[in-house]
Amino acid sequence: MKLVSAIITVIIISAILENFLPWWTIAPVAFIVSYLFKLKWYQAFLAGFLGLFILWAGMSFFIDHSNEHILSDKVSVLFFKSVKPMALIIMTGVIGGLVAGFGGLAGSFLVKK
Amino acid sequence: MRFLGFILSSAITIALIWVLNHPLAPAPALGKFFDPYNGFWQNAESTKHFKDMDLHIEGLRDKVEVYFDDRLVPHVYAKNNEDLLFMQGYITARNRLWQMEIQTQNAAGRICEVAGEKALKADRLSRRIGLAFGAENSKAFIEKDAESNDLIRAYCAGVNAYIKTLKPKDYPLEYKLLGYAPEEWTPLKVALLLKNMANMLSVYEFDIENTNFVSKFGEDQFHYFYPERDSFSDYIIPKGTKWAFGPDSALNVKTEAAPKGEKISNLDHDWGEESYDRTIEKPKELNGSNNWAVSGSKTRSGKPLLCNDPHLQLNLPSIWYEMHLVSPSMNVYGATLPGAPCVISGFNDSIAWGVTNGGRDVRDWFKITFKDDSHDEYLVDGKWEKIQRRIEHIKIKGGTEFLDTVLYTRYGPIVFDRSFGDVKSKQYLAMKWTAHQGSNEFKTFYLLNQGKNYDNYIDALTNYSCPSQNFVFACRNGDIAIKEQGNMPLTKMFVTDGSRSENDWNKVIPIANNPSVKNPERGFVSSANQFPVDETYPYPVTHVGIYEDSRAMRINRLLEASDKMDAAYMMKMQSDNYNVIASLMLPTMLRVIDRSKLKGEELDALKALDKWDYNDNKDSKATVYYEAWNDELKDMLWDEMSDPSLPMRRPNAFRTAYFLKEDSTSAFYDNLQTGEKETREMIVLESFDKAMNKLKQQYGTLAGIKDWGTHKATMVHHLSPALDAFSRMNVYCGGNRGIINATSHEHGPSWRMIVDFGDMKAYCLYPGGQSGNPGSKFYDNMIDKWANGEYYEAKFGPKEQMGKDKLFKLTADK
Repeated sequence: MKLVSAIITVIIISAILENFLPWWTIAPVAFIVSYLFKLKWYQAFLAGFLGLFILWAGMSFFIDHSNEHILSDKVSVLFFKSVKPMALIIMTGVIGGLVAGFGGLAGSFLVKK
Repeated sequence: MRFLGFILSSAITIALIWVLNHPLAPAPALGKFFDPYNGFWQNAESTKHFKDMDLHIEGLRDKVEVYFDDRLVPHVYAKNNEDLLFMQGYITARNRLWQMEIQTQNAAGRICEVAGEKALKADRLSRRIGLAFGAENSKAFIEKDAESNDLIRAYCAGVNAYIKTLKPKDYPLEYKLLGYAPEEWTPLKVALLLKNMANMLSVYEFDIENTNFVSKFGEDQFHYFYPERDSFSDYIIPKGTKWAFGPDSALNVKTEAAPKGEKISNLDHDWGEESYDRTIEKPKELNGSNNWAVSGSKTRSGKPLLCNDPHLQLNLPSIWYEMHLVSPSMNVYGATLPGAPCVISGFNDSIAWGVTNGGRDVRDWFKITFKDDSHDEYLVDGKWEKIQRRIEHIKIKGGTEFLDTVLYTRYGPIVFDRSFGDVKSKQYLAMKWTAHQGSNEFKTFYLLNQGKNYDNYIDALTNYSCPSQNFVFACRNGDIAIKEQGNMPLTKMFVTDGSRSENDWNKVIPIANNPSVKNPERGFVSSANQFPVDETYPYPVTHVGIYEDSRAMRINRLLEASDKMDAAYMMKMQSDNYNVIASLMLPTMLRVIDRSKLKGEELDALKALDKWDYNDNKDSKATVYYEAWNDELKDMLWDEMSDPSLPMRRPNAFRTAYFLKEDSTSAFYDNLQTGEKETREMIVLESFDKAMNKLKQQYGTLAGIKDWGTHKATMVHHLSPALDAFSRMNVYCGGNRGIINATSHEHGPSWRMIVDFGDMKAYCLYPGGQSGNPGSKFYDNMIDKWANGEYYEAKFGPKEQMGKDKLFKLTADK
């Protein structure tokens, strides 16, 4: 339950702060959430990773849907040499997830036992 | 243990962020780029939801309303012309900012700032041919005209007002990919855009190639292969038109001195025994165009029709941006050049006009004699003159700077020297080019945009200088006209001795006396880059002679053929695929080829050509055989002129067809690569074999080849060669160069326009889309209709009609 609340908190705070702050703000967000929620190290990584994966992949999925894949078709050709919009969405989620995951992991090591 | 974990995971996090925040060339910074809140996803526009906008924009004087129609064409309604052009800048930037900037960076030799050192050679060349130098001269020239200056500044202020609204997440996609930011728009950039156009359209001269040819093959062969004009030609100004002016005594050019027959009349030739091992690269494919206007006597409605289709490199974002601009003194519609104010090819409620390239030689090369190796002084009329040194600062992405010193003579820059282009000793050539001179083309278009009649049109053209264009004109009152306008010095066809000032451009054709005709008896005017005038024109014409008369002949025959023309007839004409050159070449090729040496598939291919109707239609297979054969034949025929260390040019397609038909024994038939001495019959057969073999290699069998549209595979390239993922490949359409529908592999009609004064309707489109954003559905949405020869009707109405099928409305006020 704690993990789910942590994930939701990561998503909400990141979504708000991303509007004003640079993209890597997602790392300190996951860091602080994992510290405040006193998460175990694997929970902390998951909270950051899943939170940002859901946020970034979800956000890009909705944008892509309303764009009817016009841009994702082209950008996926640029990165993968073939039309793969879904791969682009997953890559978006993984990039955000990894950064926030490690951010969260670092935060968990500050929790006093 | 926990401490170690903390250090390690923090380090990984920071390293990840660092890596993802820095560009990994050629990839962008992945974190920034993929972040859906700020990166490329923000450029993926919704295909369905469009919202009206109310904006406050500093710099406007009054309220401006902009309706975007269902193709994203903006219809701008302003209360004065400053606001109108301000908003033109704002709206154009909204759709085309990256393109505007990259085109001026290209002209200014600033691509290194974006693409890094790999662009250094191209940047140095742009600077060494003096495009920025010319733009600075134009800017200074325009500043002397207060009205032009104010209006251009209003346009720039509009562009900058838009740039100011941008946060990094709003930047066009290409900025995000290449990792830079838009910069301020300035009047210098407007001038640079026109110089960029000049660099596309007024670079056709072959002084070095001609000099090499004469030194290798002699003067007689030169006259034979590059005749000044062909007698069968359909000149732009109909034969026999009377000139309103006589020989010009001030220019000391007499009628008797005008070119006659086969003599190189323009000017003395002191080419001596010289030859040159390098020349400046010319555009790969020739930028030609068609335009024509038909008088009411030949139309169904009794009112004039006007058509234009300029042929250029096909690019995305497109070179053109369609707009409708309305103020109390203006109601104009047509193709604009993103980054420069006004409509370039278009119409208003009274007049219509269109442009084709003039094709005059407006560039000369002067041989420079230096005093010594310091290159400080050079010889003119027995005296030493000082060289001016212009230092070009080329900034390179990453922070370094490359300094390039360019030597300027009284003629212009020395493009190639010891530091650039590896020049043989004592072969320094200075370039003189009309594009170096200051001029105010903006004023021509500004006046045309508001023009009401023929006098306004002629008056507008007096401001026009470079690149020389044939301006076709039609007026609602029934007048039609055409005028070739530009600054036309009496240039030379060969490299000239720069040590004698008498060789300089001391003579320029008075701008009023450039070739023109109004309401000719035949009931139409037209141009398609052919030779402009017959022998009675009292000035020498240095025309580069590379343009083919083929399109002009076909256009004129079609215009002669009907007295009841309408817009539908014009549409068919603009998509006409009749290959005049093939109709001249192929009969000879088929006559002389030795059929007894062919069998099976080859013979079948030949039989298909026997039956071919000379149309480069998309579904034709015979066209593929012909085009392949023709390419090989020309390569074999003109191999004498393809020595890279002695640049020469090939005779044009007409001369080639004439030569092949009439001259059965020339030494030029010999293939220099073989010991054997080839004849005409032999190379016709050999080229056929070679072409068919190439097709077999590609398709397996000759019967299995794809049709012309598929084989030609027309493509529309994104402006950045690195971003081919944003190009549009394999556009299925007919046509080829030398044909009215001049659509070749990556080149073709960049804007098609038909204006019918009968019902005041216009039909137009271009191979692209209004949005420059690859993430917009309006990025390339017009290409398919364009390929099929279809059109959109321009929505040319008052504000009240625009609300109906608008996509959205933008209202702006101070």
